[in-house]
Formats: sequence, structure tokens, C-alpha cells
Amino acid sequence: MSLSRTEMMGQYKSCMSKRVLIFLGLALAILILGSIAVNLGSADLSIRDVSVAILAKFLPDHFESTRYANTIVWGLRLDRILMGIISGMGLAIAGAAMQGILKNPLASEFTLGVSSAAGFGAALAIVLGAGFAGGEYLVIGNSFIFTLIASFTVYGLAKYKGITPETLILAGIAIMYLFSAMTSFLQYVGHAEQVQEVVFWMMGSLGKSSWEKVGMISAILVVCLPYLVIKSWDINALGAGDETAKSLGVNVERTRVISMMLVSFITAGIICFTGTIGFVGLVAPHITRMVIGGDHRFLLPGSALVGALLLLGADTAARTLLAPVILPVGIMTSFLGVPFFVYLFMKRRKEFW
Amino acid sequence: MVNITIKSLTFGYNGSRILDGLDLVVEDSEVLGLVGPNGSGKTTLIKCIDKILKPKGSILIDGRDIEKVSRTELAKSLGYVPQSSSTPLATTVFDTVLMGRRPHISWRVSDSDLEKVADILELLHLEDLAMRDFSQLSGGQKQKVLIARALAQEPEVLLLDEPTSSLDMKHQLEVMETIASLVKDREISAVMALHDLNLACMFVDKLAILKGGKIFAAGKPADLLNAQNIRDVYGVEAVVMNNLDRPYIVPLRSLNEGTS
Repeated sequence: MSLSRTEMMGQYKSCMSKRVLIFLGLALAILILGSIAVNLGSADLSIRDVSVAILAKFLPDHFESTRYANTIVWGLRLDRILMGIISGMGLAIAGAAMQGILKNPLASEFTLGVSSAAGFGAALAIVLGAGFAGGEYLVIGNSFIFTLIASFTVYGLAKYKGITPETLILAGIAIMYLFSAMTSFLQYVGHAEQVQEVVFWMMGSLGKSSWEKVGMISAILVVCLPYLVIKSWDINALGAGDETAKSLGVNVERTRVISMMLVSFITAGIICFTGTIGFVGLVAPHITRMVIGGDHRFLLPGSALVGALLLLGADTAARTLLAPVILPVGIMTSFLGVPFFVYLFMKRRKEFW
Repeated sequence: MVNITIKSLTFGYNGSRILDGLDLVVEDSEVLGLVGPNGSGKTTLIKCIDKILKPKGSILIDGRDIEKVSRTELAKSLGYVPQSSSTPLATTVFDTVLMGRRPHISWRVSDSDLEKVADILELLHLEDLAMRDFSQLSGGQKQKVLIARALAQEPEVLLLDEPTSSLDMKHQLEVMETIASLVKDREISAVMALHDLNLACMFVDKLAILKGGKIFAAGKPADLLNAQNIRDVYGVEAVVMNNLDRPYIVPLRSLNEGTS
């Protein structure tokens, strides 16, 4: 007995609504985790103090907060939480898009050598004090610019042989080793405290969050994400092979190059503030893919939510587990993400890539 | 309804020529079989027609040079079916076929797109597989899904690259019957690369025999498939029988003409 048309459409539609429900669940989880995170910290504030401090900002006539609580909540915790959410979203989307356009499950937003380039930029600023911007923006400017330099170099090298996933990945590996070697050299000649600062930077941290930075990252995401979202169909088509994508009307090379540049821009815009936070961009898309499948129309927003949850969770754990010591969040993302990832990986029988 | 006119088409990699000044016309509503030995340029020709490869020479679709037609526009007239073995996909059958709507949609999928996908799945009797993962299907099922995806483009010409390779006898017939009836019912054309000459004789209206990147001969199968042509093109000694009003080829042995 074959399936009737209504049954088939019903199955399809219920599969779609299941995805939307999962998204709502994830958004709710982020909200709950955020509410928990804002109440955790070494400053001794009660839930009431925190709630009043938040409400006082919106309804100053009805609630009155202490200056102390206001500083802790608005100046130290909320900006950091938002920074975690928005960076997690950006890194995860960047990773998902990169895996899609390179058709490679091991790809991430760092595949094209951007993390080692950003690390080199930071090391250059920290060890030699040399860079493109001054003052507070020395390290940030350097890592941002060097990330883009790496991307353009990878593009240039790959362009010479034709833009394919293979040429991009190989050129990316070459650039990654070049910048790692240069960073190692700087660490070799640098002083102990400089080397420590470089190492700490490369572990990634949300410790230097501010509302200004949250705003800048949001602006970058607002500019870059629409293209990737609109091109979801084309990224799907790329997954079926370049030839099939072309036959479906996709301008394969242009889609790949523009997406790659936007991914680099997003990644640069985030890690220049946070240092190289690894793992989120690699694993959040995989976790999402295992649960809702590989359709980029859903994979990109899904990865964003999972990435936000993962990074916020990791940062909350990192600043509370050994409080008052705050661990680098880059360490914590792996500690938290790996068990969950392995669980899904072992449980799921279907092919997910 | 379209016709395709190919003039002095040349394509090669690093000096070696795969297509060498090839001329061919594909008429309205016909099934054209491209046959010829390995490396004679069948697959390359199909990819050139679909603008996947960029050859020298000209390909006109209803008089318009495909170089001047955008990819998306072209994807509305030509549907390409790759060899199923080369296509890994981690999506459901429904979504795979829906991908064929890509030339017609931007981001949002309308109900009419979903209806069209459902129509095609029913037409090819794939409705039971709709929510299965593409990667879990058998070879024959995969081939049908890829044909379904090309149909979702609502093309006027189907381009198929060895649609029956790696299929068993029943599935070979099923796929070919599907294509033949689609061509008739939807008044479209089909161009397909094939290896099995006997299968070709059953289903194609016209054959084009390729050799060394050129058309060796084109016409009705019965007019082309004789012992002499098969010897010249394939280097095979064969007996051609007339069976149920179709040529039927029984190969006897391969000839090493170059060395003898």
C-alpha cells in the first residue's frame, strides 16, 4: 500500500514543524541559561537584586537598584552573556557555512588559516607592539586585519588553480602553517609574560566583553548573515556536487568566494575581540545536523542557536566552576561540547553527512 | 518545445581533445541516445550542453547561444541527471527533489512548489520513499530520485549521463520506460549517454555514435547499427540480428586492429 498524497504532505509538514519547535526550544533554553548566568558570579547578589537591577533600567519609575548591583549586572554580566550568545551564533554559522561550501565535515571557520593568522596578529601586537591601530585597538586591529590578509591570500592561491574545495583547503593549510610558524618565532623571541599573554589570547576569552563590542559584532552579523541565509538553497545544491549545483543554476564559484569572504569577515569580527575560541564552529553545526538534518535553510539558524547555547554554557561554567578563578572559555567549550557530541555521534545510526 | 543545435564543438584538457569539432542537432520531443566507446566524449558533450563545461564552438537552444543565457534561465530549460553513484546527499528524498525547484524559487518555498514535488514523486512512484534519506536508497531508487529532481526543474530537455549504469535488468528497463513515457507525456526531449546498445535500440528515437570526439554517424538505430559500424567504432566483431523489428547486437570478440 503506498502512501497517499495527504499522508506524504502531512509527514513533510510535520517534519518542518518539528524543526521550528526545536528552534523555539533552543531559544527558550538560551533565555533560561542566560537568566541563570546573570545570577551567577563572585559578587554576592541575590536573584532579587539582579532582577531589580535589570528591571530598573527599563522601568526606572517603578524599580530602584543599587549602584553596586547595577554595575555588576549591566557592566560585568549582561554584556558578557550577550557577547557569548552573539559570538557563539556567529562562529557556529560561520562554521556551518564553511562546511557547506567546502563540502567537508572537518571544515570550520578556521579552516582557511584564519585562527593562526589572528594569533599572529595578536602576537605581533603583544610581543613587538607593532600593528595597524594604536592603544586599546592594537591587538584587536592586528588580529582582524591579519585574518582578512590570510583569507585573501588563500583566495589568491586557490584562484590560481581554480576555486574548488580542495584548492581552498590546501591553500588554507599552507597559510595556517606559515602563520603558526611566525607566531612560534615571536613566542621564541618574546619575554615570558608576553608569551603568556599570547597563549592566553589564543585560548579565547569573553573577559573583555563590553556593550560596544557586542554592538560591533552584531553589526557585522547583520551585514553578513542575510547573504548566507538567502543562499541556503545554493549551499544545499553545492552539497550535491559542483556539477549538479551548476545544472540547478548556481553560480558555483561566485557563491563559494562570497560566502568564504563573509565567513572570514564574521570570524575576524568575533575573534579579534575574544581570541580564538575553537570548537564551537566545528561542532555546533554537526550537533544541529544530527538533530535536524543537512538543509542549510534550517542548519544555519539551528547552528546559531546551538552555538549560542554552547558558548554561553561554556563561559558560564568557565567563570563559576573554579570561582573566583575564571578559566579561558576556549578550554571549556571542548569540555562541555565533546561529551554531548560523542553521545549524539554514538546514538545516531543514520548517515548525517 | 525546444531544439538544440550544436556547431563545431571543441573541448579538451591540457592539449588533449575530447570533443573535436562536433556537430549535432537535437529535435523536439525525441529521445536521443549518445553511444560510443569509453572516452569518446559522451559525458563531456552532455556537460557542455548544460554549460557545466565551457567548450569552444556554439550550442544554440532555440536559436539562442547558451553563453548568453544565465545559469538560472538555462536550468529552467535543461535538467541534468548525473550518474547516481557520484552523488552523496544527506537529505531526504523529498528535499532532494525540492532542490530541483531552485531555478524557480528564491528562498521561500510556496505550496505550489510542494505540490509539484508531490506530483513528481507520485508520477515516479516514489511517494513511499519521500521521507527516507537519499543515502539509504538502492541504486535504482537513487537514479529515479535524481530524475525526479531534474523533472522538478520543469525542463524541456532532460540530459542524462548513463542513467542505467550499475542497475539490474529490471531497474534498467524501469528507468528507461520512465524516461520514454515522460518524453511522450510532457512533450520534452531527452539526451542520454548510454553504453548498452540493445537497451538503446529499445528506447531511443535517434542514435548519435561518437568516436574520437566527433559524430561518427547519427540517425535511426536500425540504419546505423551494422557489423561494419560496430567494428569501426568499437573495434568489436559482432553479429547484428533483426529481432522483433529491432537490431540486436551479439558481440563475438574484440579486435586488436591497431596492432595486427
